[in-house]
Amino acid sequence: MITRPWLVVRPRRLPISFRVDRRVPLVLLCALLVTLAAMVINIGVGEYPVAPLDVIRTVLGLPTGNPTDVLIVNTLRLPRMLVAALVGLGLGTAGAILQGLTRNPLAEPAILGISSGAGLVAVTLIVVVRNVPASVISVSTFTGALLITGLIYVLAWRGGDSPIRLVLVGVGLSSMAAALISVMITFGDINDVQRALVWLTGSVYGSTWSEVWSLLPWTIVFVPLAILLARDLNALSLGEEVARGLGSKIMLRRGLLLVTAVALTATTVAAAGTIGFVGLVAPHVARRLVGSDQSGLLPTAGILGTLIVVLADLVGRTIFAPIELPCGLVTAAIGAPFFLFLLYQQRHT
Amino acid sequence: MISSLRAARPLHIARSRPVLLLGLLVCLVLLGFAMMASIAFGSADIAPADVWAALVAYDPSSMEHLIIRTLRLPRAVIAALVGASLAVAGALMQGLTRNPLADPHILGIENGASLGVVTAVFFLNISSLRMYALYAFSGAAVTAMAVYALGSLGRGGPTPLKITVAGAIFTALLTSLTTGILILNQRTLEEVRFWLAGSVAGRDLSLLLQVAPYLLVGLVLALALGRQITTISLGDDVARGLGQRTGWVKGLVAIATVLLAGGAVAVAGPIGFVGLVIPHITRFLVGQDYRWILPYATLVGAIFLVLCDVLARLVLSSFELPVGIVTALVGGPVFVYLVRWRVKR
Repeated sequence: MITRPWLVVRPRRLPISFRVDRRVPLVLLCALLVTLAAMVINIGVGEYPVAPLDVIRTVLGLPTGNPTDVLIVNTLRLPRMLVAALVGLGLGTAGAILQGLTRNPLAEPAILGISSGAGLVAVTLIVVVRNVPASVISVSTFTGALLITGLIYVLAWRGGDSPIRLVLVGVGLSSMAAALISVMITFGDINDVQRALVWLTGSVYGSTWSEVWSLLPWTIVFVPLAILLARDLNALSLGEEVARGLGSKIMLRRGLLLVTAVALTATTVAAAGTIGFVGLVAPHVARRLVGSDQSGLLPTAGILGTLIVVLADLVGRTIFAPIELPCGLVTAAIGAPFFLFLLYQQRHT
Repeated sequence: MISSLRAARPLHIARSRPVLLLGLLVCLVLLGFAMMASIAFGSADIAPADVWAALVAYDPSSMEHLIIRTLRLPRAVIAALVGASLAVAGALMQGLTRNPLADPHILGIENGASLGVVTAVFFLNISSLRMYALYAFSGAAVTAMAVYALGSLGRGGPTPLKITVAGAIFTALLTSLTTGILILNQRTLEEVRFWLAGSVAGRDLSLLLQVAPYLLVGLVLALALGRQITTISLGDDVARGLGQRTGWVKGLVAIATVLLAGGAVAVAGPIGFVGLVIPHITRFLVGQDYRWILPYATLVGAIFLVLCDVLARLVLSSFELPVGIVTALVGGPVFVYLVRWRVKR
C-alpha cells in the first residue's frame, strides 16, 4: 500500500473536515502567485503600457502621478482581465467536475452539449436575426445553455439518471446543434458569419464591469459549492457501486454537481462565447500537479483555468497587435503544444 | 476511466450465423434500393424507364442518359463508398481505443483535412475539388500519423488513453488554427465554407477513381482484421495473453483508418456523425463481434449516407443542403433514441 502524505483539516467548532494531498497548499500558492503576476502583466501591457507597480497602485486606489492610468486600468483593462479570470475559473472547475462525474478524460463542457445550445442561440442571433446588442446575446445564450442541458437531462432520464446516457445524449444533441450552426455558416451573410466565428471561438473583447458583475455572483456561489462537494465527487469518480457502497446519496449529489458544472459553463459562455480547451486541459494539468483527489484537484484546476485564459487574452491582444486574436483561439493554439509537452515529459520521467 | 464507459454498450447479443448472414443480405438489398432512389430523384425529372435504360442501354446522345451516367450514378456510388468508409473507420477507432465516443475525429483526421484545405486555399489560391482532395488527404494523413506517433511515445506503446488524449489535443489545435485563418481572411471563408459542411454534390467520376483505391484497400484491410479487433477490444492484456501481437494490429488498424477516413474526407469534406453513430447502431444490431460489426457497418453506413444525400437534395426545392448537415439532423434523433432505450445503466 502506498501511504500518501495527507493533510487533514478538521476545525473543532465547525462540522466539516477536509483531507487534502500535502502537495496541494504549496501548488495552490505557487499557482496563485503566478496567476496574480499574469493578471498584473495582462493589465499593464497594451498600446498604452502601464508599469506593473503602477498597475497595483491604481487597482488599490493609490495615486500614481499619472491620471490617465485610472481610466486605462480601472475602466478599460481591469474589467476585461477580471472577465477572463472568472471565465477561466469557471471553465477549469466545470471541466474537473465533468471529468470526475463521467469518468471520461475527454469530458469537457463542450462534450456534454452545454455550450452547443448556447452556440446555436448565439449564431442564430448574429447571422439570422442580425444586429442584436451584446447584452441580449449574453442573456439568450445563458438561457440556451440551460435549456439544452435540461433537454439532455430529460432525454437521458429513464427511471433514474446515468452519466453514460448523459454524455451520449449530449453528443447527439450537440451534433444536431452543430449541424444547424453549419447551415447558417454556409448560407449566411459573410460578414455576419465571421462575427459568429469569433463568438464561437470565444473572446473577452470589449468586456465591461457589467459582465464582471453578472459573472461574479455565480462564481461566488458555485465554485465553493463544487469544492464542498469534492468528497462526493471522489466517491462518484470511483464508480457508481463504490459510491453507493460508501454511503453517498448518488442522485442528489450527482445532480448538485451537474447543476454546478452547468451553471459555471453557462455563465462563462454567456460572457465570452465558447472558449474551448480550458475545461479539458486545466483538470489534466492539475491532476499531474496534485494527484486525482478531488478536494485538491478542483481548486487547482480552477486556478490553472484562470491562468490559462488570462495569459491567452494577453497573447491574443499583443502577438499580432493591432489585430486582435480571440482568446479562445490562443488557448488552443498555445495551450495544445504546451499540454503535449507536459504529456511528453510525463512519459519520460 | 475509459473502461467504465464500455458499460455503455449493451450486453452481448448472441445471434445465430444464418440470421446474421440473412441480415447482411437484407442490408445489401436495401442499399440497392437506396442507390436506385438516389439515381432516380433529382432536380431534373426523369422517368423511371429512362433511368433504367440509361443504366442498361446507355445512349450518349440522350440528355437524360447523360445526366444519369455522368452526374447521378457517380454521386450515388461516391455517397455509398464514403458512408461505408466513414462507418468502418469509426468502428475501427471505437474498437481500438475502447472509447464509445471515438470516431475518425479522434485521430484528428477531419480537422487535419480541413486545415489542409483551408491553408491551401489561403496560401495557394486553389479552387478545384481535385486539389481540395489532394490537400485534404495530405492533411488528414499527416495529422493521423502525428497523433499516432505522439500517442505511442513512452512506455507501453500506443495505449488507447494516450492516443485519445493526443487526438483531442490535436483536434483542438487544428480547429483553432483553421478558425484563425477563417476569421482573418474572408476570401478563404467564402471559398471553403460549403466544402467544410461536407457534401457529395458535384463530384465526378474522375474524382471517384482518384480516391476509390484508398477506400477499397482500407475496407478490405479492415474487414480482414475483424477477429483481431474483437480481441483487442477486450483490452491489451487480454489480447496479448491470447497471443496477439498488439503492436502490429494497432498499426494496421491505424493505417486502415487513415485510408478510409482520409479518403472519405478528401472526396466529400468533413461529414460528421456517420463514423460516430453508425458503429453504435450496428452494435445494437449485432453485438460485440467485430467480424460482424465491420461488414454491417459497411452496408449500414453506405445506406445511411445515400439516403441522407437524397434527402439533402429533396428537402429544400430551391437549393441543396450539404449532406453533412443532413447526416447530423437525421442521425442525431436516432442516436438519442437508441441511447435512451438501449443504454441500460
